Amino acid sequence: MSEARAANPTPPTPAFPDDAEASLQSVGAAARFVLRGETPAARLAGEALGVAAPGRINRAEAAGLRAMLRLGPDEWLLVADGEAPAGLAGSLAQALDGTPHSLVDVSARQVGFVLDGRLAARLISAGCPLDLRDGAFPVGAATRTIFLKAEIVLWRRAAQTWRLEVWRSFAPYLIGHLAEARRGAADL
Amino acid sequence: MLLIHCPYCDAARPELEFRYGGEAHVARPADPATVSDEAWAQYLYFRANPRGLHAERWRHIHGCGRFFNALRDTVSDRFVAVYEAGAPRPDAAETKR
Ligand SMILES: [Zn+2]
Repeated sequence: MSEARAANPTPPTPAFPDDAEASLQSVGAAARFVLRGETPAARLAGEALGVAAPGRINRAEAAGLRAMLRLGPDEWLLVADGEAPAGLAGSLAQALDGTPHSLVDVSARQVGFVLDGRLAARLISAGCPLDLRDGAFPVGAATRTIFLKAEIVLWRRAAQTWRLEVWRSFAPYLIGHLAEARRGAADL
Repeated sequence: MLLIHCPYCDAARPELEFRYGGEAHVARPADPATVSDEAWAQYLYFRANPRGLHAERWRHIHGCGRFFNALRDTVSDRFVAVYEAGAPRPDAAETKR
């Protein structure tokens, strides 16, 4: 296996009929970390990242292309689109030095997509049993959940814009089922 | 679909996100070497399996990842109470029925 591929593999390209109603774009390479620890660790990581650490569970905060998603009581997913993990790992480790935590580089474990458009929520609902209406899943909400048999992280970035993170080997499965849902939603 | 209230997410979430974890409040003997075979077998294999309210563990595995406990009626499948891991079985919820 080549070193470069192991370090930062190219995300799969969505095979998706792109139009104004729904589009699916790969976010490309990104740096990702899972941070486990108490609130002080999250706050320090947020400062290093330049993002306000989300105080509530299942919420996300973003600043530019960087974001923190609080996936559990003591678990945060840190994402920096377009960045290499090495530099960020250093500054995070420095900021967290002396504070109990675990920081794991998961950049190559998963890939990210942006699903956008009027039908976006309907397509996600084809495989995800969560209530995605505004009251239950407002803009800024982010959670781990499932899409059919694949575990995903779902983050509502705007009313019709959704970020999906999925483990690499499940990406073709996710893309395929979203495309299938898109065909089924053609008349909606 | 059955909705289960996760005490950590503080939200009703679809059953598909959860994994069942067996009877709750089964304490592992502190010093297994001093426990008789019968008592160890009791701990390992014997469960209450009640008809009615059952205190059981659940894990929000495809959500926040946390284990928690629930009181569920095994007849109606209704969740009477959910509570965080480590908290005692809520008797108030039973007497309220
Ligand atoms: Zn939860």
